[in-house]
Amino acid sequence: MENLNRRTLVIGLIVLTIGIIFVIKLFILQVYDPSYKYSAESNTRREIISFPARGLVYDRNGKLIVSNQADYDLMVVPRELKPMDSVTFCNSLEISIEELRSLFDDMNGRLRNKKISRIKPSIFYKQLSAKQYGYLQEKLYKFDGFFVQRRTLRKYEYPYAAHILGYIGEVGPQDIERDDYYIRGDYNGINGVESTYEKFLRGEKGFKYVLVDVHGRQKGSFRDGEYDIPAVAGKDIKLTIDIDLQKYGEELMQNKIGSIVAIDPQSGEILTMISSPTYDPSLMVGKKRAGNFSVLSTDSLKPLFNRPIMAWYPPGSTFKTINALIGLQEGVLTPDTKYECYMGYSVGRFHLGCHSHSSPLNLRNSISHSCNAYYCHVFRNIIDNKKYATVQEGFDAWKNYLVKFGFGHRLGTDFSNEIRGFVPNSATYDKIYNKSWSSLTVVSLAIGQGELLTTPVQMANMASTLANKGYYYTPHIIKDIEHDTIPSRFKEIHETGIDTAYYRPVRDGMEMAVWGGPGSTATAARVPGITICGKTGTAQNPHGEDHSVFIAFAPKDDPKIAIAVYVENGGFGARWAAPISSLMVEKYLKGEIDPSRSWLETRMMEGNLIYGTK
Amino acid sequence: MVQNKYSKKVDWLTVSIYLIMVIFGWFNIYAANYNPENPIFFDPEKEYAKQLIWIGLSALIIWVLLMTDSKFYVAFSYFLYGLSVFLLFSVIFFGKEINGAKSWFELGPVRFQPVELAKIATALVMSRIMSRHDFSFKKPAKVAKIIGLWALPVLCIFLQNDTGSALVFFVFILPFYREGLTSSILVFGIMAAIVAVLTLVYPNTLIIWLVVVGAFLFLFMKTDKKVTGIGAAVLLGGFTLALTIYSILGQTLRWEIFTVIGMVGVSIYLLVKGFVKNLKPVIPALIFMWSLVAVTFTVDYFVDDMLSDYQRNRVYVLLGFKDDPLGAGYNVNQSKIAIGSGGLTGKGYLEGTQTKFDFVPEQSTDFIFCTVGEEWGYLGTFGVVFLYVFLIFRLIYLAEKQHSPFSRIYGYCVAAIFFYHFTINIGMTIGLAPVIGIPLPFFSYGGSSLWGFTTLLFIFLKLDTDRNELIR
Repeated sequence: MENLNRRTLVIGLIVLTIGIIFVIKLFILQVYDPSYKYSAESNTRREIISFPARGLVYDRNGKLIVSNQADYDLMVVPRELKPMDSVTFCNSLEISIEELRSLFDDMNGRLRNKKISRIKPSIFYKQLSAKQYGYLQEKLYKFDGFFVQRRTLRKYEYPYAAHILGYIGEVGPQDIERDDYYIRGDYNGINGVESTYEKFLRGEKGFKYVLVDVHGRQKGSFRDGEYDIPAVAGKDIKLTIDIDLQKYGEELMQNKIGSIVAIDPQSGEILTMISSPTYDPSLMVGKKRAGNFSVLSTDSLKPLFNRPIMAWYPPGSTFKTINALIGLQEGVLTPDTKYECYMGYSVGRFHLGCHSHSSPLNLRNSISHSCNAYYCHVFRNIIDNKKYATVQEGFDAWKNYLVKFGFGHRLGTDFSNEIRGFVPNSATYDKIYNKSWSSLTVVSLAIGQGELLTTPVQMANMASTLANKGYYYTPHIIKDIEHDTIPSRFKEIHETGIDTAYYRPVRDGMEMAVWGGPGSTATAARVPGITICGKTGTAQNPHGEDHSVFIAFAPKDDPKIAIAVYVENGGFGARWAAPISSLMVEKYLKGEIDPSRSWLETRMMEGNLIYGTK
Repeated sequence: MVQNKYSKKVDWLTVSIYLIMVIFGWFNIYAANYNPENPIFFDPEKEYAKQLIWIGLSALIIWVLLMTDSKFYVAFSYFLYGLSVFLLFSVIFFGKEINGAKSWFELGPVRFQPVELAKIATALVMSRIMSRHDFSFKKPAKVAKIIGLWALPVLCIFLQNDTGSALVFFVFILPFYREGLTSSILVFGIMAAIVAVLTLVYPNTLIIWLVVVGAFLFLFMKTDKKVTGIGAAVLLGGFTLALTIYSILGQTLRWEIFTVIGMVGVSIYLLVKGFVKNLKPVIPALIFMWSLVAVTFTVDYFVDDMLSDYQRNRVYVLLGFKDDPLGAGYNVNQSKIAIGSGGLTGKGYLEGTQTKFDFVPEQSTDFIFCTVGEEWGYLGTFGVVFLYVFLIFRLIYLAEKQHSPFSRIYGYCVAAIFFYHFTINIGMTIGLAPVIGIPLPFFSYGGSSLWGFTTLLFIFLKLDTDRNELIR
């Protein structure tokens, strides 16, 4: 009997042990560890995202450039999938069985890698066409686990201005990490204003909380919609560009490599910004984007490259205007200073060539005739000015003027991928020449060659500064943001530190370059009835034919447009860049091209500098 | 008044626990079926309505059971056993397959699981055999009879592919133990369970070595230290030697085989020495050791070759090798979330969200405990665990008071069966036991199980009314 009692006790202890284990485990589960409570919330509460319409984009005249179009993604909740009629499914989507199989393989692969959840919706097939959507919608009830989600895609009203607008695409992992607004599958702006003004354009996603059962079926709103947040549509923006001018410019630049930047000097607003070759922004919409992108990105002409802000060239002779201004301000030059030129500038064995023109020339004529020797004198006088102890000091004084003109640093336009160009300082040459160099060593800077590199937008800004007689506003593309203000930096005046009076002879020289008598270099830019001022340039290109450069502004007394044109491999500035500039100016100021100039327009448009015919 | 006579003798404490469980269970079934979208107070189509009918019919069953003479249960135990085995066997051919197990008969609107009857009948038969005055666990013929009668229904249930129910019968080890089964079998049972689980977690060789070390420690303490020491030294020495030779030859040692070979050698040595020196514990220790080694290999074979991927996954998730809350562990994870979200005091009756929206599978049957956990919180779950432990203790207490061995043994069988269901069902909802579909007695929805457990309990309560008589 003793033994039996002991055995009863053992059995009792076993039962008690299990009871105690349960009580402890339940305590941990229910009272001690709070994590299960959160899991329960997220289990039953489903967040339904309503995507806002993206803000629209208008040009300066209120013409709609970018709008939205509906788009449908086929979503899947893997856990709810049931065996289905794959033939009907394929027919509705107009895909083959193999494609369907690979779609499922993709899904399973992502499930395995925990990229997507088994119980939450993820994208199965992106961007159904309207036809696919139509077919599928009727049959969708047969396919458990699938549903269609609406999103918006961009619609481009014009096939122009691709580089300015940028495009939208799915967010990458870095975007998600940087900004917790985004989740996988969202779209954001990539490049251009879509990227810069993303925060305004995207609006605010709305959230609707609903209670769902295990099959994802909605069982009513969560706490009567107390926490629901409606979607807020993105803000519309108005750009400074004139889409008609943009279109015209792109047509002029077809079959040419280069860029055009036109600015309203009185406000810094970019009227047009053309990078050629370009592409139709509609190519970057939706499903076709990936394929088109890879074609465009491997094109040897680099159509994706945004030349106005990312390409750098030597400014060429257009830069003589700046050297003249610095010389005047530094007191080493007067409007009446004359220098002789015998087919160039010679010091000892050094010779820098020039074309034939009358000699000697004064300042105004030196600009209109684009004399190289004249600026070698001016430049050396600036650097070797007695008030500077060393050549280094003189050089840096010169350089500081350039910085004030916006060279050598990013101007601060709306585009984050803008480059700074390059302006050398004395240290640059100390390094190259081991500190033994003189003004003669670097004299090619006098005519805008050498170690000086500028972007087309910096050049247009220079034209704008000349038009304004000494100041500029940061070139920008944003004109208005709905219920908001544009960045204040676009309202600030940047002074160049050169007296307004000194601009007069330089601007006169630029006018004479276009309108002057024999020897004037830019007569190709004449537009009847418009006092256009310009300066040609030829940027030396070690890889082939020189680049044709032209800067201009008009009308002289009340400038409405400042422009810089680069045509790669176009030779002299007067050959391509000057006529194109004049057409752009005429188009902008008059709205149409004078019939007497239509032959020029035709020649420019038909000119082909890419496929051999020049 | 016959009824009055019984009502005085019936153990009202147990009946109260039974009533509390059934009523509380019904409220939880109501909650599990409640749809907050469409809150109909009473829908006769729903499970709670049917459960009310089953509960009503249970009263009838109780009345019949209490009216029956106690001697009937002894006399008809073989008949009931025969009937249940017949049904268990026929269900393999004529049953309806539900959740992969062919264990249900369907008669019109009523579904019936013969295993419920088999549990009762087997308990009765076991009690009858073991209550004979000439029964002893030392008599091989008697033991063989028990094992045979035990194995027959188990085999049938395994054939139905209803593993969870078949495992119930292993719990008879508790009444056996109470009735004099040598304690080493119970210890072995518990150790085998532990070894089985460890085998799944760790490599076989490690488990075998643990077993070997255990066996040697046991022998070292209980028998001749010198003999055990030499045996251990030979095993280790031989093993080291083999390892050295193999590494010189540049081959990888097959640990498992060498360990087993070494163990065979040492076992023979110990057997011979034990026989010569008359060391009694050697033989049981060796049997123990080899049986556990056999368990290791069997479990390994069973899991790797017998189980389907799906079942294997469930085992692995349970043991925590795989953290796959949306795959095989989904049910358990959801069940834990539901219970865990209840907190200390619960979300309130009918306020649970996890159970309402079908996140928890089988919410009114196997996972009814989740509803308790979510809506009644820790207070509720603690109460249910307490009720069960209390019920089992009460049954053991009553069993020990029986004059008749038949009633006592049957009482232990009843307690053991409740214990098994309680352990496995609650264990699986909180992730401590594998998910094998067995109901929580008196709580889970279903007529078959409610009637089965009611019958099981009330036969004992009837026997208990005659506790001072000798029933045979």
